[in-house]
Amino acid sequence: MAEPLLAVRGVKTYYGSIMALKGVDLAVHEGEIVTLIGANGAGKSTLMMTICGNPRAREGRIVFDGRDITALPTHEIARLRIAQSPEGRRIFGRMTVLENLQMGMVAAGRDADPAELDRVLAFFPRLAERIGQRGGTLSGGEQQMLAIARALMSRPRLLLLDEPSLGLAPLIAQAIFDIVRELNRSRGLTVFLVEQNAFHALKLAHRAYVMVNGTITMTGSGRELLERPEVKAAYLEGGRREAATTGH
Amino acid sequence: MALRAARDAAIWGGVALAVFVPLIGLQAVQDIRGELRLDTRWPLLVVLVAMVVGGSLVNSLLIAPWRERRGRRVPHENAALARAAAAFGRWFPPFAVGFVIVFPFLALWLTGMQGSVKWIDNFGIQILIYVMLGFGLNIVVGLAGLLDLGYVAFYAVGAYAYALLAKEFGFSFFTLLPLAGILAAFWGIILGFPVLRLRGDYLAIVTLAFGEIIRLVLINWVPVTNGYAGISGIPRPTFFGIPFNASDEGFAAVFGLEFSPIYRGIFLYYIILALALLTAFVTVRLRRLPIGRAWEALREDEIACRSLGIDTTTTKLTAFAIGAMFGGFAGSFFAARQGFISPESFTFMESATIVAIVVLGGMGSQIGVAVAAVAMIGGTELLRELDVLKEVFGREFDPTQYRMLLFGFAMVLIMIWKPRGLISSRAPSVFLKERKAVAGSLVKEGHG
Ligand SMILES: Nc1ncnc2c1ncn2[C@@H]1O[C@H](COP(=O)(O)OP(=O)(O)O)[C@@H](O)[C@H]1O
Ligand SMILES: [Mg+2]
Repeated sequence: MAEPLLAVRGVKTYYGSIMALKGVDLAVHEGEIVTLIGANGAGKSTLMMTICGNPRAREGRIVFDGRDITALPTHEIARLRIAQSPEGRRIFGRMTVLENLQMGMVAAGRDADPAELDRVLAFFPRLAERIGQRGGTLSGGEQQMLAIARALMSRPRLLLLDEPSLGLAPLIAQAIFDIVRELNRSRGLTVFLVEQNAFHALKLAHRAYVMVNGTITMTGSGRELLERPEVKAAYLEGGRREAATTGH
Repeated sequence: MALRAARDAAIWGGVALAVFVPLIGLQAVQDIRGELRLDTRWPLLVVLVAMVVGGSLVNSLLIAPWRERRGRRVPHENAALARAAAAFGRWFPPFAVGFVIVFPFLALWLTGMQGSVKWIDNFGIQILIYVMLGFGLNIVVGLAGLLDLGYVAFYAVGAYAYALLAKEFGFSFFTLLPLAGILAAFWGIILGFPVLRLRGDYLAIVTLAFGEIIRLVLINWVPVTNGYAGISGIPRPTFFGIPFNASDEGFAAVFGLEFSPIYRGIFLYYIILALALLTAFVTVRLRRLPIGRAWEALREDEIACRSLGIDTTTTKLTAFAIGAMFGGFAGSFFAARQGFISPESFTFMESATIVAIVVLGGMGSQIGVAVAAVAMIGGTELLRELDVLKEVFGREFDPTQYRMLLFGFAMVLIMIWKPRGLISSRAPSVFLKERKAVAGSLVKEGHG
């Protein structure tokens, strides 16, 4: 198998003296959608932030495209075209949609392509309609779209998505997953997706990992994991029920 | 409702009476023989209790219903109002700039040679210094969102830099102005480094301490700064080498005019006006550049900034440095205008006033900052003029001593009325039609 685009090897991350990641191994190959599922507090967001260098891994290595990025400052990691749509979206609320999108271009540095705006907006017609509106006044789903679109503005080689479906109505969440699938299909975008919404995430992903308490406990193709009884019991029944209740 | 209001007022009046009788109504004084005597101050007591009762009535009959109505009102987009606001935003700045440009001549024309000194010097120059300081601090606090309570330090650095270098080496004002700015910017970076990781309250405390440190150094480094006594005889700016004095080489004599201090006043007025306009112009330009956009993004979300590839360290340091530079400009102007400086001019009160101007103006809005500076500084100057108050409160009453009380009162009112400052809406810095050009500027600037 070819070198993975992103390789996480034996990564341990601490918050003070508490170990949040207890030696995580994981790989994302070019063109893949890989998802990481796990319960609240498992350490999914911590892994995503550790990849971006904030907080730093105390042990282990993170390699992107053959380069060790474990000790790189966050903004330099972003400039290697690892774009992130962080947990809680973190859009710039007082800035307009257009300004938010342009902030996303910073990471591209000299390679920034003004035409990228139109290409990104083609995937998000709702944002195109609201181009002059302030980010903070968008609906939750639109804000999530904006966070993803902003991340896309630098033409990332790897897109990190942290719980894009959090707090969204199932239909909107579905729309966002569809966009991610479309981005992967049409542009070959590599995606690392962190989700609690296991059912949708596993259906979308080529490969998946399950995290429990800061360690990876299972891995396999998305379809495989969907069928596993342990996964069903722990993540899917509850997830489906939740989807059913919020659907009303 | 009237009944309830009356009852509330009566309760408040009773409480006030109970509290004020021992505190205000009775006063222990020593008479000539050194014996304690109990004096009474019933009239003052009556006035204060009446004020409390009146305040309670005003609150329950006017303010409370108004607030309730306001709270119930459904917020709706009033198209006409929005258009009016937009027109105001477009027309007010050029109009205001036009007004301040003709202001000295307007003052001369309306109040004559003698009368206009007050308007040009006490009002015009004084206000413009604070407008400039407000603009400078606005970059740090309003745009980058870094609460700096020690801004006066850079003002002091600029002032002392000009005073010392001008006296030692005899350089002219316009040579030293950029130098003072660079020195202040340098100190901005010095302050910036240790506070890079701090935000909000912690940053505020450290910057406050920084301001005090600079002031204490100025007081104690006597061989250089002359301590409390300050530096006097600071050279004044000249008109291309022509001094503003009564001598034969003076400005008035050279231009065949009768000598008057007003010429220097007008000259200084235009210098500070030019400096303030420069600051405003630079800020407007910077906001459209990647660095300015990065400042504003930093104010909103530092973590998001970093994950988007923005180097938050340089972003913060440039904000501190550029803000400090404008503070330094203002400081050297201040030294040149006064001809005398001492540490007393650079107390925390100054920092607080400038922060108040920025917050009151609406954090980031230049028009807001300018209006707030006019209101606060102009208001202070006006207080000096209000002889009416002397008639009411007695001869020894000095209105300027109540300045801070009135400031505080005014600020509380404005913050109730407009919690986000006078001009709280942020103008976008890019629009769709110019997006190609702006995106192009991002390409050139790798730094963000
Ligand atoms: N900034 C932090 N400081 C201390 N502990 C944290 C911090 N962020 C997360 N944690 C802890 O680390 C663990 C993993 O959290 P997180 O990565 O956010 O989980 P997930 O994203 O899977 O829900 C949790 O126990 C959480 O309490
Ligand atoms: Mg999380």
